[in-house]
Amino acid sequence: MNALNTFFFVAFPYVAVVTFVVGVLYRWRQKGFTVSSLSSQFLEGKYLFWGSVPFHVGILVVFFGHVTAFMFPRATLAWTSVPVRLVVLEVTAFVFGVTIFIGLTALMLRRFTNPRIRAVTSRADLVLELLLLAQVVLGLWIALGYRWGVSWFAAGLSPYLWSLLRLSPETGAIFALPWVIKLHVVGAFSILLIVPFTRLAHFMVSPLQYIIRPYQQVVWNWDRRTIRDPSSPWSTARPKPTDE
Amino acid sequence: MDVRSQISMVFHLDKCIGCHTCSIACKNIWTDRKGAEYMWWNNVETKPGTGYPGKWEDQDIYKGGWQKNGDGIELKGAGKPRSLTNIFHNPHMPVIDDYYEPFTYKYLDLIESPAGDDQPTARPISMITGEPMDIKMGPNWDDDLSGSPDYARNDPNLKNLSPAEQQAMFEMERLAFFYLPRICNHCLNPACIAACPSGAIYKRGEDGIVLINQDVCRGWRMCVTACPYKKTYYNWSTGKSEKCILCYPRIESGQAPACMHSCVGRIRYLGVMLYDADQIERVAAADEPDIVARQMDMILDPFDPDVIAAAKANGVADSTIDSAQKSPTYKFVKEWDLALPLHPEFRTLPMLFYVPPLLPVMASVTNVDNSEQAEKLNDISKYWPDNWLYDTSTRELFGTIDDARFPLEYMASLFSAGDTESVADRLKKLMAVRLHRRHVTVGDVDEDTVAAALSNTDLNGQLADDIYYLTSLAKFDDRFVIPPAHREQAIEMMEFTGDAKGSTGFGFKVGTAVRGA
Repeated sequence: MNALNTFFFVAFPYVAVVTFVVGVLYRWRQKGFTVSSLSSQFLEGKYLFWGSVPFHVGILVVFFGHVTAFMFPRATLAWTSVPVRLVVLEVTAFVFGVTIFIGLTALMLRRFTNPRIRAVTSRADLVLELLLLAQVVLGLWIALGYRWGVSWFAAGLSPYLWSLLRLSPETGAIFALPWVIKLHVVGAFSILLIVPFTRLAHFMVSPLQYIIRPYQQVVWNWDRRTIRDPSSPWSTARPKPTDE
Repeated sequence: MDVRSQISMVFHLDKCIGCHTCSIACKNIWTDRKGAEYMWWNNVETKPGTGYPGKWEDQDIYKGGWQKNGDGIELKGAGKPRSLTNIFHNPHMPVIDDYYEPFTYKYLDLIESPAGDDQPTARPISMITGEPMDIKMGPNWDDDLSGSPDYARNDPNLKNLSPAEQQAMFEMERLAFFYLPRICNHCLNPACIAACPSGAIYKRGEDGIVLINQDVCRGWRMCVTACPYKKTYYNWSTGKSEKCILCYPRIESGQAPACMHSCVGRIRYLGVMLYDADQIERVAAADEPDIVARQMDMILDPFDPDVIAAAKANGVADSTIDSAQKSPTYKFVKEWDLALPLHPEFRTLPMLFYVPPLLPVMASVTNVDNSEQAEKLNDISKYWPDNWLYDTSTRELFGTIDDARFPLEYMASLFSAGDTESVADRLKKLMAVRLHRRHVTVGDVDEDTVAAALSNTDLNGQLADDIYYLTSLAKFDDRFVIPPAHREQAIEMMEFTGDAKGSTGFGFKVGTAVRGA
């Protein structure tokens, strides 16, 4: 049992994170053509709205909620020390969790019932969607069955995650947790693990740079100010260094 | 003055016979792939008609292009706030049914069906799902006014015509149509580039061709919404957008694009135009009636010494300036004022210009008495028992333009943001050239009429002959003046060619084993 625990909460997270970082970087740099949201709106645009929008909005809120509690455990604990705030936060998180569940269910129904969407469904899509569904169901289960997660996540799980980051895993707390929560943690690292191999990689290329870039883009193959200038070097490329 | 060169195009609509050879040439080279079956980077539409995708000109539906916003402009259906908030679901995205579901037939059933009483048939199957389907639409199902009640009658350009004018256009005896071939306009103010959240679309500085970097495109599909001409297409299989690349690999090696090379009617012209990039923003935001004139003003005279000096300072090659001076498009668009951009009111400053069609406009129908003729016919001979004569006589020059079968408002809605004057000017010029050549070759038009027509349109005999030459007799090299791409310089941008001296061609891709001491 202990070996299994060690594998899932010490070895597996490292495997997942390293695969995620290396995989995403490799795919982004070397195989840019494969990185796409793979939107299917072009094949079916009406029902997509009721799946895609709740799913994405919900997952953004819930994801950044987790990230905040992980990054700032003390602040989270301090802020939620007032019971009313804790309740509000828990209810909000649960509502957005339900939103994800509704959206994801709608997306999966659409995927299974629409022949056009079936035609663009890959095995990786199915694995990913089932994994996400399991993760959401587990998350909702935890929210209902193990109340005040905001607090105990910051108090118990955040230190564990930070210890992983410091390369000296402290596993006492995580080993003692109920299996539902353990499964949720393993699910999270599994999702991280498969990001480079699925369409999920599209969240890594969120187009935030669009906010600051100018509207029009012109690309010059050569520097037009110097190319015809006789005083500039005739080639801008440098000779390769030789070993001799 | 920021002088740049742009490869521009002119399509002479009077010469288009609607054969779709251009579309097929393009399809065979570029879009005969999974996910691209429905794409026609080049397509030919019958006007009046709804086109492809259906009613693409109606921006109340598709929200493409730019619109005025105070002194400036903004994207109508995309842009920074809208693109990012609508990224999970784009409310103005056309779906495949707006184009058509691509199909093929199960031809193998014709030979592999077991013997039976019935003739085997090849059922249509969807190229998306592979399942049998009922074909509801094709890329050109409104060809030659077929299905007029559904298609031609719903042409968005009829919006500004009175019900009576519309009625007149669709009277059987007066029916007229022309073809509108369309490719990407390679605009100066492209809405697709501005809408792309990933920054995957760009305009090539050297020749102005607009391209999508397939490695950077992430399938956010805002370009599909933003292009008012619906000339960016979403590949549903790869999850990337694609568009006309103006056959840049062909252009770089001095060949005409496939659609232009294969054009049966020889309606297409391609050449360089120099323009002032500093003016783009102001021209795109001009008042609607002025846009066409302002866009024409942006295009610079390649013979003007100041322009040449500014172009050289800006790195435009001498060979490109030379091409600009020989450019057939410059002649049609600027020198002769014969061509107009398609839907300038979308404010993208398209660089594909159209010479408006004269024939369907000019011909009229008159009532005649055919009874005497009919009586002479044999009993069994078939004849059409009507009393209409399709009259293409050209004597009453300016009279017939005004009461043409195609209301000028319709042409103006297509080519000049509603300004009938500029369309009429161009049609009158075309008519004057026609009268002049009629006088020269047939001689049944008297000299005074010709002289009046020419002077009224600021032409003279020589100019009219030049127009006639480039319109009717132009050879391949007159129609396509392609500037050298200077690939030798491009190579020197990327590698020091001295490195490859004494090596195999430009060297080995991978280093070889080092041998010898």
